[in-house]
Amino acid sequence: MKILVAFIILWPLAGFLFNGLGRNYWSKKLIAYKATGYIVASFIASIFAFLYVQDNGAVTVHYFDFIHTDSIKIPFDFKVDALSSLFLLVITGVGSLIHLYSTAYMQEESAPHYARYFAYLNLFIFSMLLLVLGDNYIIMFMGWEGVGLCSYLLIGYWFSNGNYNYAAKKAFIMNRIGDLGFLLAIFWLIAKLGTVSYSEVLTAETVAKLSSADITGITLLLFVGAMGKSAQIPLFTWLPDAMAGPTPVSALIHAATMVTAGIYMITRSNILFTHSEITQNIVAIIGISTALLAATIAIKQNDIKKVLAYSTVSQLGYMFLGLGVGAYSGAVFHVITHAFFKALLFLGAGSVIHAMHHEQDIRKMGGLKSKLPITHITFLIGCIAISGVPPFSGFFSKDEILAAAFEKNKIYWVLGLVGAAMTAFYMFRLYATTFLGKFRGSNEQEAHLHESPLAMTLPLIVLAILSALGGAIGIPHIMGGHHWLTGQLSTIVSTPQVAHLAVSTEWILMGLSVAIAAIALLIALSRYSKQTDEEPSSAIGKFFYHKWYIDELYQKAIIEPLNKFALFLKEFIEKKVIDGAVNGTGKLVQFSARKVRLIQNGQAGYYILFMVVGIIILFLIWFNDITILRFIHTLTQK
Amino acid sequence: MPIEYYIFLCLMLFSIGVIGVLTRRNAIIVFMCIELMLNAVNLLLVAFSKMNYGAAKLISATTTAGIDAQIFVFFIMVVAAAEVSIGLAIIVMMYRNTHSIDINFLNRLKN
Repeated sequence: MKILVAFIILWPLAGFLFNGLGRNYWSKKLIAYKATGYIVASFIASIFAFLYVQDNGAVTVHYFDFIHTDSIKIPFDFKVDALSSLFLLVITGVGSLIHLYSTAYMQEESAPHYARYFAYLNLFIFSMLLLVLGDNYIIMFMGWEGVGLCSYLLIGYWFSNGNYNYAAKKAFIMNRIGDLGFLLAIFWLIAKLGTVSYSEVLTAETVAKLSSADITGITLLLFVGAMGKSAQIPLFTWLPDAMAGPTPVSALIHAATMVTAGIYMITRSNILFTHSEITQNIVAIIGISTALLAATIAIKQNDIKKVLAYSTVSQLGYMFLGLGVGAYSGAVFHVITHAFFKALLFLGAGSVIHAMHHEQDIRKMGGLKSKLPITHITFLIGCIAISGVPPFSGFFSKDEILAAAFEKNKIYWVLGLVGAAMTAFYMFRLYATTFLGKFRGSNEQEAHLHESPLAMTLPLIVLAILSALGGAIGIPHIMGGHHWLTGQLSTIVSTPQVAHLAVSTEWILMGLSVAIAAIALLIALSRYSKQTDEEPSSAIGKFFYHKWYIDELYQKAIIEPLNKFALFLKEFIEKKVIDGAVNGTGKLVQFSARKVRLIQNGQAGYYILFMVVGIIILFLIWFNDITILRFIHTLTQK
Repeated sequence: MPIEYYIFLCLMLFSIGVIGVLTRRNAIIVFMCIELMLNAVNLLLVAFSKMNYGAAKLISATTTAGIDAQIFVFFIMVVAAAEVSIGLAIIVMMYRNTHSIDINFLNRLKN
C-alpha cells in the first residue's frame, strides 16, 4: 500500500520533472504521451487504492517524520480513506481527460512552451494529490500552496500578455489572503492541541477539550482559507479572471482541482464545523449569497468562458450552502458531479473556441449545432446536467443540498431554488446563443469551422456519459436507491445527515425545483435561440453586466487606499523620516566635529586646563561613591 | 599632629601648583609648579605612611606597615630628578630656538 500510494503521487511529479527539465530537448509527441501517460498511470493506481479501501477500510501510510521536536511532531503521512480515495479518482480521472484534451488543444504552441504547459499541469495534479492525501493539516497546506502556485503559473501561461499576468497575480494574491486564514487556523490548532494530525484532531474527545470560542475561531479561519481557494464572497473575483489561462486549465481549476480544495478541507474537518453553530450559519449564508450573486452576473455575460466561470462560483456557493446546513456528503456529491459537467462544459467551450479561432464572444457565434455535432451534443448534456433536470447527475446532487437546506431553514431553500432557476436560465441562454440560430461570425470564421480532433472529442464523450449517469452514485432512498455515496462517507462525516422529511414533502420539493428549472430553461431557449443580448440598457442589467461593480469597489475601497498609504510611506516615511534619520546622523557628526575641532587650539595651557577640569570632575564622581566615602570615614575614625 | 593638618597643607601646595601651571606663562615657573605638585603628593604619602605605621605599631611592635609608601616617595624623587633634567634641557633648547621661554609660543604643532 505504501508503494501504491507513493505511485499515485509520484507519477505526476515525475511528469513535471521530465517535462520541466527536458522542455528544450523532447519532441511534442513525446511530451504529450509522457504527461498524459503519467496521469493515467496515477489514475490506475488510484483505482487500485480505491478498491483497497473498499475492501480493507481506511489506511494511513507513514513515510518519514517531517518535523520532529519535543513539543510537536508532524509526520509525513498519507491517509487513504473513503473521502480521499474518491477525490483521488476525480482528480486523476478528470485530470487525465483534461491532459488528453490539452494535447490537441495546445498543438499550436512551440515545443518548449508545450512542455512548460504540461509540466505545470502535472505539478498542479501533484499538488492537488498532496493536498488530498495528506494526513495532517501541514501536508494539506503544502498541497494548498502548491495548487495556488500552479494556478498562478497556468493563468499567466501566456505571460507576454500584461493583462493575463495581472489576472495571474490577482489569483495568487486573493489566494494568499485565504491562505493566511488557513495558516492561522493551523497555528491555533498547534497552540491548543500541539498536533495537526487528523487522527488526533478530528476526534470527539479532542473536540470536547476545545472551548466553543476556540472551535468557532478555528473553523472561521479555516473557512477564510476555503473562501480564498473556493472563490466565495468576498474572495471570488479571481476565479472569473482566471479565464486568462488556456481553456483546459480553466477546466482543471474549476472541475478537478483547486476550487474543490475548500470543500474537501471543510468536509475533512466536519467534526469541528458541526460543533460551531455560528460558523455553520456563516458558511451557509456566504454560500447562498455567492450562489445568487454569481448567478445574476452569469446571466449578463457575453464571454463563453466568463459565463461558465460565474456558474462555477455559483455552484461552489451551493456546495458551501450544503456544508453550512450539514449536508457534507451532499456537498461532496455535488463536487463530484460538478467536476464531471463543469469539465465537460469547459472542454466543450474550448472546442468551440478552437473551432472559432479564439473567438470567445457568444454574440459572434450561433448556429454551431450542425458544424460541431459532437461538441453540441455533449455541451447540451452538460447544460442539462448543471440545470438539474432528472435523471442527469446535477439533479441528484443539487436536490440533496436543497433538501438539507429546506430542513434547516426554509429561506435557504427558497433562495437556492431561485439560484437553480437562474442556473438553468443562464446555461440555456449560453447554449442557445452559441449553438442555435444563425451563424453571426465573419465569413472567414465560418469557412474554417470544423469539429475538433478525436483527442478533444473523446474526453467530451467520456465526460458527457459521466455527467449523464454520475448521479447514480447518490440516488436518494425515495427513488428506490440506497445512496451509495452517503454510505461511503459515513465513516468520515461524523453525523450522517439523514433527511427527516416526509416522503411526500421530498417529492414535492423535487417536483418544484425541476418545474422551476424547466420553466427557466424554456424561457431561455425560446428567447435566445433567435436573438442575442445587446448591451444592457436598464440599470439593473448594467449592474449585473458590470459584475455588481465589485472589482471597482475593491479598487476604490482597498487597492487605492493601499496605494495611497504606500505612497505616503514612500514619500513621507521613507524620504523624510528614515532618510532624515540616516542623513541627520551623518550631519550631526559632521557638525559636532566642526565645533569640537576648535577646542584643539594648540595652546598647552588650555590642554592642561581641560585636563585639570577633567580630573576634578572625575574626582567629584569618584567621591560620590558611597563605598569610598565610608572608607574615608573609617580612616578618619582611626 | 593630626593628619588633617598634613592633608590641608598638601591640598594647598597642590592647588598652588595647579593654579601656577594654569596661569603662568614662564616655562621655568610652570616647571617649578609641577615640582610643587609632585612634592605635595610626596609629603602626603609620607604623612599617611607615618600615620599607618603608628596605628599598626599599637598592634605589633615589629610591624613594617607604611614602609612601601616611603619607598614610593623615593621613586617619585628619582623620577622627578630625571624629569627636571630633561625638562630643563628642553627649556634651554627652546630658548635657543625662540629666544623666549613663554609657553604660549609652544603652539608650533597647531596648523
